[in-house]
Parts: sequence; structure tokens; C-alpha cells
Amino acid sequence: MASSASISPALVTELSDVASQVVELCRKAGADAAEVLVRDGNELTAKVRLGEPELVQEAGSRALGLRVFKDGRRAVTYTSDLRTRSLESFAAETVALAELAEPDELNRLPDADELATDLPELDLYDDAVADVDAAWALRQCIAGEKAAMAHDARVTNSEGATWSRTLGAVAFANSAGFAGGYRGSYASYYVEPICDEPDPTNPKKRNGYWWTASRFLAELQDPEAVGVEAARRTVATLGSRKIPTGEVAVVFDPEVGRSLVGTLFGVANGSAFWRKSTYLLGREGTPVASELVTIVDDPLLPRGPGSRPFDGDGLATRKNVVVERGVLGPVLCDVYSARKLGRKSTGSAGRGIGGNPGPTTSNLIMQPGDVSRADLIRQTGRGLYVTSMMGFGFNPVTGDFSRGASGFWIEGGELTFPVSEITISLNFDDLLKRIDLVGNDLELRSSTAAPTFRVSSMMVAGSSE
Amino acid sequence: MPTAVPHNLAAPFLAGGENAIDAQIAQRLLSVALEAGGDYADLYFEYRVGADYVLEEEQVKTVGRGVTLGLGVRVTKGDATGYAYTEDLSWDRMAHAARTAGQIAAGTPPGTAHAPVSIDVAPVADHYPVARPSLTVPPADKLALLRAADRAARAADPRIIKVEASFTESLKEILVVSSDGRMVSDVLPIVRFGVRAVAEDGDKRQSGSSGGGGRMGLEYFVGEREAAAHGKEAARIAIGMLDAVDAPAGEMTVVLAPGDSGILLHEAVGHGLEADFNRKKTSNYTDQIGQVVASKLCTVVDDGTVTSSRGSINVDDEGNAPRRNVLIENGILVGYMHDRLSARHFGVAPSGNGRRESFRSMPLPRMTNTALLAGPHTHDEIVASVKRGVYAKRFSGGQVNISNGDFVFSLTESYLIEDGKLTAPLKGVNLIGNGPEVLREVDMLADDYLLSDGMWTCGKDGQSVPVGVATPTVRIAKITVGGTKA
Repeated sequence: MASSASISPALVTELSDVASQVVELCRKAGADAAEVLVRDGNELTAKVRLGEPELVQEAGSRALGLRVFKDGRRAVTYTSDLRTRSLESFAAETVALAELAEPDELNRLPDADELATDLPELDLYDDAVADVDAAWALRQCIAGEKAAMAHDARVTNSEGATWSRTLGAVAFANSAGFAGGYRGSYASYYVEPICDEPDPTNPKKRNGYWWTASRFLAELQDPEAVGVEAARRTVATLGSRKIPTGEVAVVFDPEVGRSLVGTLFGVANGSAFWRKSTYLLGREGTPVASELVTIVDDPLLPRGPGSRPFDGDGLATRKNVVVERGVLGPVLCDVYSARKLGRKSTGSAGRGIGGNPGPTTSNLIMQPGDVSRADLIRQTGRGLYVTSMMGFGFNPVTGDFSRGASGFWIEGGELTFPVSEITISLNFDDLLKRIDLVGNDLELRSSTAAPTFRVSSMMVAGSSE
Repeated sequence: MPTAVPHNLAAPFLAGGENAIDAQIAQRLLSVALEAGGDYADLYFEYRVGADYVLEEEQVKTVGRGVTLGLGVRVTKGDATGYAYTEDLSWDRMAHAARTAGQIAAGTPPGTAHAPVSIDVAPVADHYPVARPSLTVPPADKLALLRAADRAARAADPRIIKVEASFTESLKEILVVSSDGRMVSDVLPIVRFGVRAVAEDGDKRQSGSSGGGGRMGLEYFVGEREAAAHGKEAARIAIGMLDAVDAPAGEMTVVLAPGDSGILLHEAVGHGLEADFNRKKTSNYTDQIGQVVASKLCTVVDDGTVTSSRGSINVDDEGNAPRRNVLIENGILVGYMHDRLSARHFGVAPSGNGRRESFRSMPLPRMTNTALLAGPHTHDEIVASVKRGVYAKRFSGGQVNISNGDFVFSLTESYLIEDGKLTAPLKGVNLIGNGPEVLREVDMLADDYLLSDGMWTCGKDGQSVPVGVATPTVRIAKITVGGTKA
């Protein structure tokens, strides 16, 4: 397999040079300080549906983001036009734009002694991912979808199988003296079967999915295994129904548990704190969850999907404990939010091409407990096992939480019939404190991850009988 | 004809530009795209200039600006699509993208298409005339709007402790050329204004938001009036929510306020009627044309031609004219929303719903402005008819499962209805229901049809496009309210 998609170390160096040159252009244009982010990357997506290719998308793109400071004022701009002549006028326009903003003395580059000096090698790029071509990716799709359809005759249709990869290089430089870059690869594979309800008068379909993803090709699950698991999960939802309104124990599958961990970050970061947009204000160092809950953010995991050698401010990254045995640690901060709170950054800045840095997560992981998933369900006896959630029902300022949900009813310590069209609600503060069982089944497939866990009681709204 | 664009904002691919694309170049590119045997190809050139302004802590913290330029090439062979794009409009890079997209047809029997012998420039209507183009107005005027909103929110109540106001504007120029010989261009302006306020009273805190805009210029704001009104409204909601009580849990009657409640339609029926899902038979509305899918009161349309609305288009992203498409008529399903691929599959004319987020993505059937038409009742009559229920006024968004039709939408401002009167404000809560089942429960519709202010964005397959929604006051006899109080 030959591919022109690969990202070479030389490209990272080239982009890093571009970033440094543009910092200089900004200084020449009159900026007091400047920061440049350059990204170059490419994507391949191959999709098969019912055995036939449905889509092959392949393309590369490059963009540059700029943040300049002048007299305590700042502007943030981006462009995909990286010709030298264009960049000169772009730098000058950005400096002029900064004059429209108002001075904010905290709004400046990190201090020189805060910047990263040694960048760790985190093993984030795999040549084998770059070598994949569309024909090979389509064959993977055909194999997984076929396995799903063959696994169970009740799989009657398919939303398809999709193999995707992204390859990228990031370079970052600022006038305080930082320059660095790195490259990364990421491949993912999804199979999405559909089942028709067997009752011909019921037009409802049931959809499901399973997936695998990694920065390294060899770490992906086999397409057949993904297809079979996708089929198993989808068929299990046939005949889903509502359950009566009432308070019950709720077990969260890792696929939804991880989104709750992400929800916690949304209220446990420096930006939400200085904006007073979180119910956790003033709660650092105090219990915010049950003692069974420990959550770490670790950007330094080799091959980790969310790993990075430096952050969006150019600071060294480090492992931070967000919640330790239920107690909220110092919240994750970028340089600006840390200054607003009168402290130092936790090295947690994220930075998009067109925006200011802000706190973000890397590999945010809820630590596993010691109960197997089967034991956790057995000990629950009776309750709701949630496999998916819908909607945006979370108010960060008050913690009010209400989401659509589907999953399975637990009776006699086992999963019984499938459930849908219900909501689960409880203030998030109580939800975290009511976590009374944590599974040992942690898998790091995505950058936010959790094991199976149980909340002792939540309000379920369903039918009125 | 669409709005004229000032010289300094003109797309480089338009006549006179640095990378001007004429019929001849387009034809050559289409030939390259089709050389491996594709059935059809199209080119989508896009140039987008945008800016944003954010005011926080009574200061303009950031001003931003961005420019994107690119070409997306699509080639189809049967139901298969090849897609590639480039940001570099040199001939070599464009031809490379065309060849890459064309590979979808490699190894298949020769296709039916040839690059067109002639390309005709198709005229388009103008559904969004602009009185005061936003990008060319000095930024100081826009900053004044942010300050007006900030002042109004703070003046509304001393308990307002934080205000954030933002303004975003963009101008998108597109040129679509297809192998069936159509060449069409459009200029799409859009502005969006938003205010968020946080109120604090003792240890209680709440927030409120208000926003709007559309395909227009600064005429959206009547002086600074509209800006201040959004500030005041955000403050009103934040303060009102300080007294919010726990929402009830279970099935009950819900009354939806006019306007933004159209989110319910968008989720409950809109997505399920996008024809790609029905072509693939993955929607619960598959093969339901001619069937009763809603109460007799319900007539639902999707209309891309509503003047200046956020979801309107002069031409869709495949070069077809938008229309007013009736989806449900007096409760009976009568039509889907199509892109080119699904229209061909169903043997109907394209409905003008082929939309994409940018040149980096292929078009899909998407909604434009989706509306439930007015009914015979009045707002007050509907509220008075409810013994105990929920009145839903503002929403943060919704989501639907296409396959089974279950949908949720999240209320950010709602009230308890007791004995026909609005009483306590309720904490944030979700409603959940099943599309056709909930629409069959619509038993009263008012005469106060209202188009939402331009603030909604719809996501599908990772692509975001601006949309509009509209409804009158609606009574749903029974739907599940996801509160915490039994």
C-alpha cells in the first residue's frame, strides 16, 4: 500500500518554521506579542452500505490561526491562505484589528518561565494508518457489515460501515520564545445495523452501533468482531418500551458514563469558575462526588487518543487529578482563566485555529473500581441500565440534569426487556454523590472514558400507569 | 439577483477575481472528474469571510476574523459518491481533487455522463435583500450594539452579576457548476446576536439567554433597540429562574409557546422526512406517504424562500431552487425533503433541500425553515383549557433518533399551568416523545403563527447548517415531562 497522505517529521519542522516566521511578521507589523498555530492534515473516509461503496472522501487542508497583542488588546484571526505575500497583509490586518478591542492586563502571553522546554515523545503517529488506501478501507467496511448482517437474521437493514482516518501535524510558536510541533494519527471504524420491528403494523426501526478506534492500526478491533457486537447490541433493543414513572437505581454503561465525566469537566474548569457559570463555585477541596469517584486528566499517556506534548498556551502538559476520592481538586485551567482566578495554569489549554485558548481535557478518565460489570448488575437487583442518552438537558449554573434515555430494565439481577422514550433526572451534585458502585471494566478507546457505574437512585419519567 | 458584494469582499473565483472560474474552466474540471466513468459531477466553490465580537465584563475582550476559500468536487456513480476538496484554486490542485473524487467510478463500466457541451448560467431569486451590509459597517457600530445589550441587562436588576454579549457576521459566496450544464452563484449574508446573563441572589445562581438574527445586515437592529431588548430579555429569564421550582415527572398536557417551539417539529417530524433516511429505509416514516402521521390540525411545510429568515436560501448547495414543500397536510404525510440523489431514487423533482456546511462536505437533504401552520384556537383559550400541565417557552435544543422516532427537547424557560393559569417557573427540564405519536396528540392549535428569531443551527452527520422554525401556540394532550418531582 502506498499513500501520499503521510505526515513526515520534516513537515512538522516546516510548519514550525512557518509559525515562527509569522510571529516575526506580526512583530514587524507592530504587535507587542504574537502567537501562531498552524495545522496541516488530511482525511480519508470510506463508507459501505448493503455491500456497496457509498462514499469515499479524501482531502487535505491547512490553516493558520493567529493571536496578536498590542497595548494590552488582542485580536484572533484565521486563514487558509498560507502564501507569504498573503500572510504579510494578514498579519498587518490582525494587528489593526486588535486596536478595536479594549485593554485587559491579564490578557497576554504566558510568562517565559511558564513555557514548555523539553517536549516528551508520546508515540502519537503510526505510519501504518497513513498507508491505508481507500480500497483497503472499503474492504474493512464490507467485512464488518457482512458479519453484522450474518450474525442475526433480525438485522434487516444497515446504516453502513465506515472506516475513517485523520492524520495531522500541529505547530505552535509565540514571541515569548516557544516553538514546537508534533504529528498524530487516528483511525476509527463503525458498524451501524438496523432492525425492523417484526410486527408489520409497527413502523419503528431500531438502530445501534459498535466501534473501535486508535492512533495505531494494529490496535483496532477486527471488523468482524465490531460487526457482531454491533448486531448483538442492535437486536437487543427490539421491542423497546416505556417504563412507569418512579425513582430507581440507574446503572450507566461506559458509552454513556463517559459523557457524564465530560459533563463534570464542563463545570470543573477555570473558565466556568471565573465566569461563575458553575454550581461547583467555591467547592475546590470539598466533597463533590462519592468517595468511590476518582477522575484524572492525563495528557502524557503514550499513544493516548487525547495525549499532547504541550498545551494550547505552549506550556508543558501534566497529569492533573480532577476529583480524588470524591474531593474536587484544583480545576483545570489555561493561562488566562488561571490569572483570572489568581493562580497558575494547570497546563490544560486547548486551542482551535480560530479561537482563544481555553481549558480543555486530554485523556479524562474515571478510575475503575473492583466490581465486574456482571456483579454490578447482579447487586443492583432491580433498576435501569442506560446505554444511550439524548438531548442537552443540563444547566451548569444550577446542576439541574434531565436527559432522554434508553437501555434495559434490570430485574432479578439481570438485564431483561429493552426500554426507551423515558427521561432520567437528578441534580448533578446529587448524581455524583449517589454513585455507590464502580465497575472494573475501564477501556481507553476515546479521550474521555469511564467504567460502568451505578447511581443509587434517580427520577425516571415514563408512562403514567 | 443576490446582493452586490463590495470589491474587497468579492470571491476570487468570480469574474475578475484572481482565480476566476468561467464556463470553460469549469467544463475542463468536470471532464477530469468524469474521466474514470462517473455518472454525474458537480463543483462547489465557496468563499467565506466572517467576523466575531465578544463583550464580557463590560469590555470588548476579543475581535476575530476568518477567511476560508475552497472547492469541493463530487462525483457519483449509481448510489456511490466520491468526494474531494482543495483550498488551493490552482489548476493542478483543482484537477487533483477532481481526479480523486472521480476514482469512485474506477473499474466500473463507463458512465452515462459527459462534461456538458454548454454551461448555462442560471438566474436565482433574491430571498434576502440586505439594506445595511454588516461586514462593511465600521466595527465601532457593532461594538455599540454589544454595549447597549450589556447596559440593558445590568440595568434590568442589581442581581445580574455577569453579562456576555456576542455578535457574529459572515458573508458566504458560492458558485455551483454541475455536469448537467447548470452554473449558479449566490451570496449568503448572515448575522447573529446573542446575550447571556447570570443572576445571583444569596447562594442561588441562574442564567438566561436571548438571541436572534437572520440573512440580513445590521437592519436587524432598529437602532440599538433590538440589542438592548435581547439584554433585557436575558436578564428577565435569569432573574425569573431564581424562583424556579422542581419540574414534575410523567405524562401530562404541555402547551408550547409560538415561535421557537418549532424545534419540536424539527425533531419530531423534520429529520424523519429527510429523504436520504427514507431512501435507505432507516426512518420510522419510511413508506408512510399517504398515511396519517399527525392529528388533522397539523399541516407542516418546509420553506426555503421565507424572506430574510436564517434558514432561507436562494439556491441549494447543488444548484437547485428552493421551494415551499408541504410535508404533512391535515395530518397526512404527503412528501419528503430531497437532495439530488434521493430525488432521482424516488423519481421526483429535487425539492431544493440539498445543503452542506462547507466545501469540505457533500450535500445531504436538510431542512430550511420548518413550520407548523396556524390553527383555529387562540393562545389564551389554549392556556385556559389546561387544568394541570406545563407551558414551554424557551428551549436550548433537541435531538431525535431517526429510526424509532423518539425525540427530546430541552426547556430552559417553562411554567407550571394550574387551573388554566401560568404559575411557578420550572427548573430546566426535558420533554420526550415519539414523533408520530406526539403529533397525533396535538389537539389545539392557535392563530398566532410566529417565525423564530434567527438563532437555530441544525447538526446532521457532523455538518451544521443554519435553520429557521415556526409554530403557533400548540397544545399537546399528553407527552412525557422529564422532571424530578413524582
